[in-house]
Amino acid sequence: MNGKLPNGDDIAAFRTRNLSKVYGEGAATVHALRGVSLEIPKGEIVVLLGPSGSGKSTLLNILGGLDHASSGEAYFQHQSLTEMTNAELTQYRRAHVGFVFQFYNLMPSLTAVENVELVREIADQPMRPEEALALVGLDKRLHHFPSQMSGGEQQRVAIARAIAKQPTVLFCDEPTGALDSTTGRAVLKVLQNVNETLGATILIVTHAAATAKMADRVIHFADGDIREVIVNTAKLSPEEIEW
Amino acid sequence: MVTPLNQKLVRDLWRIKSQAIAIGLVIALGVLMLVMMHGLVNTLEETRLAYYDRYRLADVFAPVNRAPTHTLKELAAIPGVAAVQGRVMGEALIDLPEVNVPLRARAISLPDTGSPTLNDIFLTDGRMMLAGHVDEIILLKGFAEARQLTPGDSLTVTMNGARRTFSIVGLAQSPEFFYSTAPGELAADDSRFAVIWVGESALAAAYDMEGAFNEALLSLEPGAGLAAVTNAADKILYKFGSLGAYGLENQLSNRFISEEIDGLKASAVGVPPLFLAVAAFLLYIVISRMVQSEREQIGLLKAFGYSSAEVSTHYLKLVLVIAIGGALAGIAMGIAAGRGMAELYQSYFKFPFIVFEVDPVTFYVGLLISIGTATAASLLVLRSIFLLTPAVAMRPPLPPDYRNALKLPERFQRILDQPSKMVLRRVFRQPGRMFAAVTGIACGMALSAGMISVMSGFDRALDVSFSVLDRSDANVVFTHSLTQKSIIELAQVPGVIAVEPYRSVPVIFRHGRHHYQGGIEGLVDNPRLYRALDTSLQPIPLMPNGIVLSKPIADILQAAPGDWITIDVREGRRPLLQVPVAAVANTLLGSPVYMQLSALNHYLKEPEQVSGAFLRLDTAQRDQVYRAIKNMPAVAGISLKLDSRISFEKMMDQGAGAMRYIMALIAGVITFGIVFNSARIAYAERERDLASLRVIGFTKGETAFVLLGELTLVTLIALPIGAALGYYLSLAISEGFSTDIYQIQPVYTSENYGIAGLAVIFASLVSGWLVKRDIDRIDLVSALKSKE
Ligand SMILES: Nc1ncnc2c1ncn2[C@@H]1O[C@H](COP(=O)(O)OP(=O)(O)O)[C@@H](O)[C@H]1O
Ligand SMILES: [Mg+2]
Repeated sequence: MNGKLPNGDDIAAFRTRNLSKVYGEGAATVHALRGVSLEIPKGEIVVLLGPSGSGKSTLLNILGGLDHASSGEAYFQHQSLTEMTNAELTQYRRAHVGFVFQFYNLMPSLTAVENVELVREIADQPMRPEEALALVGLDKRLHHFPSQMSGGEQQRVAIARAIAKQPTVLFCDEPTGALDSTTGRAVLKVLQNVNETLGATILIVTHAAATAKMADRVIHFADGDIREVIVNTAKLSPEEIEW
Repeated sequence: MVTPLNQKLVRDLWRIKSQAIAIGLVIALGVLMLVMMHGLVNTLEETRLAYYDRYRLADVFAPVNRAPTHTLKELAAIPGVAAVQGRVMGEALIDLPEVNVPLRARAISLPDTGSPTLNDIFLTDGRMMLAGHVDEIILLKGFAEARQLTPGDSLTVTMNGARRTFSIVGLAQSPEFFYSTAPGELAADDSRFAVIWVGESALAAAYDMEGAFNEALLSLEPGAGLAAVTNAADKILYKFGSLGAYGLENQLSNRFISEEIDGLKASAVGVPPLFLAVAAFLLYIVISRMVQSEREQIGLLKAFGYSSAEVSTHYLKLVLVIAIGGALAGIAMGIAAGRGMAELYQSYFKFPFIVFEVDPVTFYVGLLISIGTATAASLLVLRSIFLLTPAVAMRPPLPPDYRNALKLPERFQRILDQPSKMVLRRVFRQPGRMFAAVTGIACGMALSAGMISVMSGFDRALDVSFSVLDRSDANVVFTHSLTQKSIIELAQVPGVIAVEPYRSVPVIFRHGRHHYQGGIEGLVDNPRLYRALDTSLQPIPLMPNGIVLSKPIADILQAAPGDWITIDVREGRRPLLQVPVAAVANTLLGSPVYMQLSALNHYLKEPEQVSGAFLRLDTAQRDQVYRAIKNMPAVAGISLKLDSRISFEKMMDQGAGAMRYIMALIAGVITFGIVFNSARIAYAERERDLASLRVIGFTKGETAFVLLGELTLVTLIALPIGAALGYYLSLAISEGFSTDIYQIQPVYTSENYGIAGLAVIFASLVSGWLVKRDIDRIDLVSALKSKE
């Protein structure tokens, strides 16, 4: 259905309406999302801020096709994520989505270059792994195993792996959470780089409010809903941000 | 009060419940076997004792040709003898209208009035014979049931050549006949062998035994020496033709039940440790995996101030819950299974009563060894808890180190895709762990291969015995040895295609201090219908002088080729012979002693004598042949090979033989348990990696490959190792199953190993499928949230 629409480019990367997620039942019920409605334009860097437990990861997971919403609607371009089966979600992730997590989630038994190769084997138009690793500044450590790399290096491999398939969207859940500020800044720089060179839409969940300064759009979350959306007109590069 | 650690314990148990149950079940099975088998040994021994006691079974049996009644007084005077009973016994044939061949029976006398001093019977139906009613008999219940005879029916019996019709007045069981076979046959068959009890004067008249007896029964005072009494009895009865007094332990039926009990005893010692070893292995894997993945928690607990001992106790408790739970379940299941088996044994041995009783000590033993094994398994792991410093809790999680993982050759590297590399590197990264998994699955393979080899050993024993070794259709036994002329007579019966005579002579073998009561089988020079074959199916050459001993008898006599054996012949003129041992042979069936027929007759100075013949028959004329033979006066009986085979099969499927099915089932369960646990643990260790793959966009199938590839690789490595182990295991198992009556040789064929391999592969497939379901259901979000 994507192809039928003339103006594909004008369409938002994500759109949600009244998106809710409820965990558990009875007395243990948790409303992780309470009817979230938002729109995320293509090609933007969006930062989600908010206290712990406010539902940021939950939103990210639903938009990333890792989890089902309880009610409401969520669209990726024209495709309704909320109506997809598990197999369709897998295909969606395979074709469009890159993930970066706080704990890197690399395959410990594969070297840096092999971890990137891994996604090339299932992607349509992948980058060369060396190219992807060069983008994150790791072209010197191609043949190291994760156990031989620092946290920042592992995170950059994870980003290289996420971008190697040239994803349409990149989800980063606290990508700098386990890193010191210098390393964290380097990682954010890489993300900005990816956004500029590949034009990928990037969603970053973070605790560090300063990260917001590099975003096109900042979404403030609280108690399962959006408190405020701020469009950032004076975007800074990570190097310029004061931590 | 529930401490936080105990709460963690409960949660951990719940989390690993399927594995905990599987391991608990393996422990339970081990304890079940322990309790059941010890209980059965106890029960059978006690029941046998009570049964013998209640019906006053003799301690010594002294068969004789014909001794006058007053000799009993002399026997009673032997020091150590408590009571004496003389009786008349005779071979008889029963003619049933619906059966073609005459059925063999043993007629035994009972006093005309009152019950016998020794060897009383247990009357189950009808009444005893009335004094003076010479045509009344009591029939063995087993036979009566098999032939649907009841009190009031009449029975045509040939005794000593004379045909008579009796009326059945009662049915009885006797502790003398748990297991009743016609002389010369191996396997018991209720429908083909009968015992009839007849009034003493009637039976004496039939066998010319007035004022005489041909078997003396003796009971011993406590502490009396068996050898002294049998020797004294032999001396007293010598001039009347003693056939050799023997103790209860050599009585056929008693020996049979003793073998059963011994078999159970051996299994009770050998089988439970197997289970507990498997359980220990599984516990070790599960606990080591758990401790490894909870390193940080352990560090944290230690940082809080918990001592190493407290933390270790926590994990030990988990193991103990599984061990104790398993043991208690095993005890309960063992009692239930034992009760069931006891009932089976009751009908199998025809006990009038049975009470399944387990010595409570067995419960404690079961509980203690379960706890002991489980603790031993976990102690190895707990050591690592002591070595752990609290600092690990503070460090960020480190990915497992693959730096020294298998270095694949460059060329190979390029061909392999990443998932395959993951499989290979993981399998070879921790050789110890892989060794454990391979060992586990190889043990499963060994169990399956071993059991299947032994199972087909059973089939082969049957096949060889009844179609290779014995190629006749029927075996005719004469009432006494006859000249070869009678063979010509048999050969002339229309429908008889071939006749091959043989002579079997009852003897006592003596060699030094050792002796054995048995018989010699004299076979013709180039036998075609019944051949002496060794375990590799080669004919055993029979020498013109000298005897060939089967291995069990050579062992009893401690005799080797070249040794001279004294043979005390128990029939005819009863000569005492000195004969060299020509060879010792591994035979398949029974414990025979062979000799050339001509040589045997030469030693006995009775040329041309035979005691029976093997026949090959024309199938179409079978019935006429049976009828003709039925009417020959010198024929004591005819047994058809088909019948013998069926009863043999029945015998091997009951009692201890039936255990092989249980063992095979257990082998299957254990194989599956090991394979499934290996797969589960591999899954648990990789859950996070697998979830990551799914997040990246790998499909369920692609993700499963990474895990199942590993399982496949380990299984493939394990199969040949298991096959080799299975070879040795089968030797041990078949040794356990072999008895005096039949020897089981494991059979190794590619088919057997193929089936065993398929069984293991099937277990792997099912385990793989179960784990695959877990992969499919993996909760991506929570799998990624948790660190390890
Ligand atoms: N699997 C789950 N089961 C129950 N509650 C959950 C689960 N995952 C998240 N929650 C709850 O949902 C709420 C939102 O969680 P999350 O989206 O992870 O918050 P954030 O990422 O903003 O810290 C929290 O209250 C959390 O406890
Ligand atoms: Mg979160």
